[in-house]
Amino acid sequence: MRFVDEFRDPEAARHLARGIAELCEPGRRYAFMEVCGGHTHTIYKHGLEDHLPDDVRLVHGPGCPVCVLPMGRVDDAIAIAEHDDVIMTAFGDMMRVPGGHGSFFDAKAAGADIRMVYSPLDALKIARNNPDRRVVFMAIGFETTAPSTAMTVLRAQAEGLENFAVFANHVTIIPAIKAILDSPDLRLDGFLGPGHVSTVIGCRPYEFIARDHAKPLVTAGFEPLDILQSVHWLMRQLAEGRCEVENQYSRVVPWDGNRRALEVIGRVMELRPWFEWRGLGFISHSAMQLREEFAAFDAERLFDVPGVRVADPKACQCGEVLKGVLEPWECKVFGTACTPETPIGTCMVSSEGACAAYYNFGRFSRARVRGATLLADPVVMRR
Amino acid sequence: MTSTPERATWAEDAVAAHAGSEHLRTEEQVLERIERARRRRPRVREERITLAHGAGGRATSTLIEAVFLDAFRNPELERLGDAAAVGIGVGDTRIAFTTDSYVVSPLFFPGGSIGDLAVNGTVNDLAVSGARPLHLSAGFVLEEGFAVEDLRRIVDAMAVAADAAGVRIVTGDTKVVERGKADGCFITTAGVGLLDRSVVLDAGAARPGDVVIVSGPIGDHGVTVMLARGDLDVESDLVSDTAPLHSLCADLLDAGGDGVRVMRDATRGGVATILNEIARASGAAVVVDEAAVPVRTEVTGAAELLGIDPLYIACEGRLVAVVAEERAEAVLAAMRAHPTGAESAVIGRVAEDPPGLVLLRTAFGGTRIVDVLVGDPLPRIC
Repeated sequence: MRFVDEFRDPEAARHLARGIAELCEPGRRYAFMEVCGGHTHTIYKHGLEDHLPDDVRLVHGPGCPVCVLPMGRVDDAIAIAEHDDVIMTAFGDMMRVPGGHGSFFDAKAAGADIRMVYSPLDALKIARNNPDRRVVFMAIGFETTAPSTAMTVLRAQAEGLENFAVFANHVTIIPAIKAILDSPDLRLDGFLGPGHVSTVIGCRPYEFIARDHAKPLVTAGFEPLDILQSVHWLMRQLAEGRCEVENQYSRVVPWDGNRRALEVIGRVMELRPWFEWRGLGFISHSAMQLREEFAAFDAERLFDVPGVRVADPKACQCGEVLKGVLEPWECKVFGTACTPETPIGTCMVSSEGACAAYYNFGRFSRARVRGATLLADPVVMRR
Repeated sequence: MTSTPERATWAEDAVAAHAGSEHLRTEEQVLERIERARRRRPRVREERITLAHGAGGRATSTLIEAVFLDAFRNPELERLGDAAAVGIGVGDTRIAFTTDSYVVSPLFFPGGSIGDLAVNGTVNDLAVSGARPLHLSAGFVLEEGFAVEDLRRIVDAMAVAADAAGVRIVTGDTKVVERGKADGCFITTAGVGLLDRSVVLDAGAARPGDVVIVSGPIGDHGVTVMLARGDLDVESDLVSDTAPLHSLCADLLDAGGDGVRVMRDATRGGVATILNEIARASGAAVVVDEAAVPVRTEVTGAAELLGIDPLYIACEGRLVAVVAEERAEAVLAAMRAHPTGAESAVIGRVAEDPPGLVLLRTAFGGTRIVDVLVGDPLPRIC
């Protein structure tokens, strides 16, 4: 497929892999965190780790908006959805996320009207077509999706729609990265910056990471070659003794971000004093809510939500996985009590979650498969 | 913020159910423990049916094994094939017997309708079981207010499809429910076919070295139906691949003889689901070469947009065959000589290790698992 295959060329991958291997200092082990869940998905889907030298390890970070949503918020959303006159709308990713008392799928089976949408504008359409119902959009995501939520609220206001509201769970990436950098048990050599978030916020907000924490960061695209090239750039910085923010995804990411998108977020939303993150706990100024003047569209103000905090199950180690301290398989419940069909932790739910990606795509011994003779042969009869 | 948080009791229960496993240190040990957990007797955890139970993935097989198989258990059903092979008490004569329900939305889509699916789907279940399809039944559940003209179009399509497949619809049933209690028209068909070949087809018969063949580009049907719903506002020239496979299957068996181990039609859950069933039943690995899997550009594009893998998208006229290496070339030639199989391709091989898993060698040069589908974002595809 044009404009896709070019970024998945195995020959170019081998070339980059050789470049990365040449930059490895003998005896040194490297760990880079990809902050964004989209990167995690790409890495596993394409088997990208097979191209990396054994001494270069990718650590999967907290950038999956579904994975960081605490169970209490899911319960709140379900409580809203259970009103007879409410149609709850959500992205498909949200449907299986477990709350303290089940998921959206369970609530839907029990009678709640919950519908999957591809965009908040679809939710708006449902509101227009159902004037006698209240339509709530379950807004999740980092700065990537916040502009479209904000635009949708503005459009609803302009149209004078009175039956549309947003349950805002938008989070911001920088406080999460800060929380990770402040974690004492962390050993990282650098970061792959989140590509989609950066299309909105640009690369400037990351400068403190290089300046104050002495970790290089390369903002990376989402095709497998983007990621390999970004790892190569990180290795090059380390080899040359540099520590900077670089932009590998410059075909999409402007250094100063998207001003209009930032403006529209700022117009509609404001920072919350604090917000709970699954596995990471409470982080101050890390999430957004609708401003007072948009209270008529704010589900949190329109509905009486329980707002009960649900503690992560004791055995669940999502927090350690999100911080990159544990590999997914090192979690005590991984693959037994916690699986994609019965997830306990949110890292196991979304296809962007580190545990789900490892379970779905990587759950075999690479060393053993590399050694198996049959795989060394051409798999397919070429003709 | 200071109040004591609630505990999610279901999660604590799930952890307790798996307690007792010692803390393991190596990745290899963990992987083995996981495989053991996956082999445990399936249990339906949900209190109510969710859409995932109908998606053809793991939730569906859990429901089938824990509810239906548990209640109906018998050797024919236990094989969980596309059709059951049963004797009829007359000499050695054996027939294949199958049934399927159709709830596709929309009822009409580019390349066909629910009527085509209802005939072809059941014909194909018989054909890939090695049977010669003979007779079908058709049951209709109609919603009050459904247009008779639409019903005629559906039934006409069924008549044409039955003619093309050489089967007759010999019995049927009609029920009407109140408005709002069904979505226009649901159809259930059952079919019988004659098992007049000596070949034994079984998902467990695949063995290392065998070759995996698919009969054409995958995912056309699923993507066509999805686009026909109009949710995506994407237009394309794609049409459903719905087609009868009986004569392709006959040619394939003529060419492959005893060397044909398994034939399956890749409907709900797509090719990936079939390959997982084969890997699990045979205890072997199936290794697929991503670059060799035929997928149309439109399907790849739609799959990229939706974030789904074409390997999981439903087809309604494509089969997956596992064939002994020495017969593979003859089988592939015979399939390509048939109009329905003109774009057949070898997509992989059966290997020894890792047992029970489907591995994909990605076009990018890496390796990953292709697991059983967990949820399905695309209900009512067939």
